[in-house]
Amino acid sequence: MKGSVIKYEKDNIDTDVILPGPYLKIHDYKELAKHAMEGLDKDFHSKVKEGDFILAGRNFGCGSSREHAPIALSYSGIKAVLALSFARIFYRNAVDGAFLLPIEIDENAYKDISQGNTLEIDTTKNEIKNLTKNRTYPMKPFPELIGKIVAAGGLFNYKP
Amino acid sequence: MGMNITEKILARASGKTSLTTDDVVFVNVDKVMIHDVSGPGVIAVFEKLKKQGMKIDKLWDPSKVWVAEDHFVPSADKISAQNIVLLTNFTKEFGISKHFKYGMGQYGICHTLSHEEAMVLPGEVYVGGDSHTNTTGALGAFAAGLGHTDVAYVLLNGKIWFKIPPTIYFKLNGKLPNHVMAKDFILKIIGDIGNDGAAYKTMQFGGSGVSEMSIEERLTLTNMTTEAGAKSGIIEPDQKLRDYLSARGATKYNEVHGDQDAQYEKLYEYEASELEPTVAKPFSPENISVARDLSSIELDKAYIGSCTGAKLEDLRAVAKILKGRHVKIRTEILPAAISIFKKAMDEGLLKIFMDAGVMVGPPTCGACCGAHMGVLAKDEVCISTTNRNFPGRMGHLESKTYLASPLVAAASAVTGKITDPRDLK
Repeated sequence: MKGSVIKYEKDNIDTDVILPGPYLKIHDYKELAKHAMEGLDKDFHSKVKEGDFILAGRNFGCGSSREHAPIALSYSGIKAVLALSFARIFYRNAVDGAFLLPIEIDENAYKDISQGNTLEIDTTKNEIKNLTKNRTYPMKPFPELIGKIVAAGGLFNYKP
Repeated sequence: MGMNITEKILARASGKTSLTTDDVVFVNVDKVMIHDVSGPGVIAVFEKLKKQGMKIDKLWDPSKVWVAEDHFVPSADKISAQNIVLLTNFTKEFGISKHFKYGMGQYGICHTLSHEEAMVLPGEVYVGGDSHTNTTGALGAFAAGLGHTDVAYVLLNGKIWFKIPPTIYFKLNGKLPNHVMAKDFILKIIGDIGNDGAAYKTMQFGGSGVSEMSIEERLTLTNMTTEAGAKSGIIEPDQKLRDYLSARGATKYNEVHGDQDAQYEKLYEYEASELEPTVAKPFSPENISVARDLSSIELDKAYIGSCTGAKLEDLRAVAKILKGRHVKIRTEILPAAISIFKKAMDEGLLKIFMDAGVMVGPPTCGACCGAHMGVLAKDEVCISTTNRNFPGRMGHLESKTYLASPLVAAASAVTGKITDPRDLK
């Protein structure tokens, strides 16, 4: 999986800014995408491209349980969020709904990867290649069940 | 090795005799809740699955499902009105009888109904399509919030995966002073451990200070475990809980208690006498300060509402302050359920509020999540008994929300500045 990075050097990016409350009544996924990240970055919708990744700090997706958040990012074209850590409901929504990959990275990768860098993520090797800087970083492997759900393409496709 | 209450509930529900922290297991669910945001979200998941060829004609057990209408009610606009129709058709189609319809008997905020109506009982596994589902853990149940896909999975399969959480134990020694509420205690805890201080973990509360607390005050503690990133919050059952549930017609359930030698990841101890009225400043619940240090902050509005801060005892605390006084800023009080609204009316609280010049409104999540019914304008500053103050949470991105107890919010409404209730003349 290859894509370029939109970086937010910020901890606690919460679901209220990823998809603000007034849009919770909307359940048309394409419509939700138009409002993704509206609380943090007004230009997100115009700059995001299919296949992009978001890079952020600690506790990404904290706050409300709204699945609208990973849905809005996914339908904007985001294939993975790389962060130092994730809030639990955002993480499970992303994986179980197969909207995007939540990838935990270390401090070194967080600091080293810059806005616009092109990355190649290989979840079989737990490796992230920075093609722009020609460097490689580790990703935290998915726990066993999470890896199986990701491989199956979401919770409903997973057979326990 | 002994197990704590959460491990025991999850072991029972996953058919295991013992569990180890971080084990990932499928857990059988006893109750599940959806509301007017997560319900249509679940319906959208069902539609997607049907398009992929899945046949969906019945739920795992409609008698274990209950429904609330609370976020965009009374209907804020055409889309939210349509969502209520969608939800109503859904409950009809799948034979869900426990649907608290807005304006029809009992209605209000889902988490408030969970305890007002004893929808969840001690020892149960309860999941809901809302992050503050944690609230109900004060009834001695495992209670956790989920997203739409997970709730849809539960509705069809009756189970869901959980990673067994480690438990952090918060012990409160001694009775809270009169000017301090459970809200001050939980804000202090979040300030100490941070927004992700309990991420993926369970927060359990105990000690003499928690035993002394009413059930409604305990619910404030578990409610805001979500703001520390916790998977769940829990308090062991006692006689107060049994009395509370019995008054609501619930007498048959299987209480679960932790073993004497139960394991906890960490213990935090607090002395009740040392706690102070505490406020979380914009833009994060962990950004706390004692109320007295903020006495120069000028306010535009006070909001007393939500599952966190508009239970009957919250309203009684507000009435204690507002009795015989007038508010200096716009103040809105929205009891969290219509049963609480009625009790407040019977006790004369609503008259006290209206004599003080307050707007009294119907139960709704409304402005707490920035949806409608009292959202904030650019640069407006609000003191609120709700649970979150992220940018834009209650309205404009450049509005500011200070989170506080009902006592502090009411005292601040009287002076127009952030006020410790002890300093009110």
